[in-house]
Amino acid sequence: MMSHLIILPVVLPLAAAVILLLARFGAFTRRLLALIATGALLISCVMLVGKASQGEVLYYALGNWQPPFGIVLVLDRLSALMVTVTAILSMGCVIFACGGDDEKGSNFHGLFQLQLMGINGAFLTGDLFNLFVFFEVLLLASYALLVHGGGRDRIQSAVHYVVLNLAGSALFLIAVGMLYGATGTLNMADMARAVSVMDPERNGLVVAGALMLLVVFGLKAAILPLYFWLPRTYASAPAPVAALFAVMTKVGIYAILRVYSLVFGDQAGTLEALEQPWVWWMALATLVIAAIGVLAARDLRLLVAYLVLVSVGTLLAGLGMHSPQATSALLFYLVHTTLVTGGLFLLADMIGLQRGKVGTRLVKGRTPIHATALGLLFLLGAIAVAGLPPLSGALAKALLLAAADGIQRAWLWPPLLIAGLCALVALSRAGSTLFWRSQESDNTDDQLSGWHWAGTAWLLIASPLLVVLAGPLATYTEAAAAQLNDPSAIIQALLPTEEDAP
Amino acid sequence: MELLYAITTGVLSASGLYLTLRGRTFPVVVGLTLLSYAVNLFLFSMGGLTSNAPAIIGDSSHYSDPLPQALVLTAIVIGFAMTAFAIILAMRARGDMGNDHVDGRKAEDRGERR
Repeated sequence: MMSHLIILPVVLPLAAAVILLLARFGAFTRRLLALIATGALLISCVMLVGKASQGEVLYYALGNWQPPFGIVLVLDRLSALMVTVTAILSMGCVIFACGGDDEKGSNFHGLFQLQLMGINGAFLTGDLFNLFVFFEVLLLASYALLVHGGGRDRIQSAVHYVVLNLAGSALFLIAVGMLYGATGTLNMADMARAVSVMDPERNGLVVAGALMLLVVFGLKAAILPLYFWLPRTYASAPAPVAALFAVMTKVGIYAILRVYSLVFGDQAGTLEALEQPWVWWMALATLVIAAIGVLAARDLRLLVAYLVLVSVGTLLAGLGMHSPQATSALLFYLVHTTLVTGGLFLLADMIGLQRGKVGTRLVKGRTPIHATALGLLFLLGAIAVAGLPPLSGALAKALLLAAADGIQRAWLWPPLLIAGLCALVALSRAGSTLFWRSQESDNTDDQLSGWHWAGTAWLLIASPLLVVLAGPLATYTEAAAAQLNDPSAIIQALLPTEEDAP
Repeated sequence: MELLYAITTGVLSASGLYLTLRGRTFPVVVGLTLLSYAVNLFLFSMGGLTSNAPAIIGDSSHYSDPLPQALVLTAIVIGFAMTAFAIILAMRARGDMGNDHVDGRKAEDRGERR
């Protein structure tokens, strides 16, 4: 049983989705099933972290076809961390959705589980083509979830989102095809080995394929020239879906981290770290643009969407520094930002529900009934996401700032710190408009259920918890970064015939 | 044969790209379809072009690479699903927005809003 644990994060949501989509249940049974499935996923992910933290790279060969020929799922510290963050985030989203969002259209929970399957699969796969397949699974589910409930705004932003991602998928296939043509394999570990012993004449083909892959991952992660779809899509999506989307940009960042650290790591010779200059400069530019967007946003949901973009810039800057310390810091920041921005999307929806017609627009409106409780949650989320002490944002940013050295420090510190300042200014302005510049009115309809409060609190409470657990988490991310820095361990684990053949 | 194949793929992807950049949803969907055909052809050629060779190892000494064929098969299935979704979405957008521009605005609106 334990040896099959690795495939559970893919199979559990799939089974739950099939049951939810095929059988007809009442709302209560559907919610119960979704909660049970997500809870089971969370438990299995925590067990995976326990396994991965021992430092061994484990893999699961589907149908027992051994690599490099079969399809494999690979578990190392990084992928275990990513699936666990996804499971924690999705728990909050499912709890929140039970407050009523899931009944505004059909099949919410089934599609949600399918998207979880795609995300977990993308984090666990060790095969480039399967990465594409899991990307498509998560995208197709996200298209349907995005238009859940309908409405002009959603349909309009969905058209852009779908067309862009379809074009991105075409590019992804071309890149995969090129890399296959040049190296003759699709297994990432095998590709890393093939790149190291490749005829230098083929370098051009590999570089073209690799950079095209960077464009695709950049589109998913929303790097500067490819981010235009993000703010409107995220701002118009239903709240639990927008919160889950907080991890979607991280799928792109994970893919960059995985492919370029493994295939184009130390052993790649002249091709080593070929993405680094691109990622570094684009990350800084993304930070600047995102900071401007944060200041310009006139809607709370749009503001949070731009905060997601700030986190993308920060994460990519960590990637561009290309050192184990920076990678460790970026993993810490990733856990923090995914959970907190997810929580803020949920909170924005709660505030919008209580303000009547003005919704989340930052104009004078009705006072929310639960102004104190909502205001305190908003304060918690704002401090965490802007990176003020004592919450996890400050800690994560400090780690990242400390990881920069030499000339990188001069380039990284100003944009990162000023982006934090912009976030602080915009959030305090938004908060004072929402909670103070409001008129008293006979606001009697209380549309918030306990599910809403529980889901939002589940995600926002993560920030103080991350401070308490900072020690173990930092130890874990350091180990994960060290494991990433040494791709030979994965190659050795997957393709043991190289040197230790009997 | 290689030259013809390359020209076909190139023309297909160029037309697909051009149509994808158009402003109305129908040409965009057709463009995406053409693009996915071009991609499938490209994938197919990545294992090397051979004629008269089965894609089964061991059947004869001379065989073609079976992997790209498996990839193309998967890509076709996914491509069909995606195209179907894009068409339905385009129809829904046409219904909700009242016109089929990708930005959801009529031509005269675009002229006025500057």
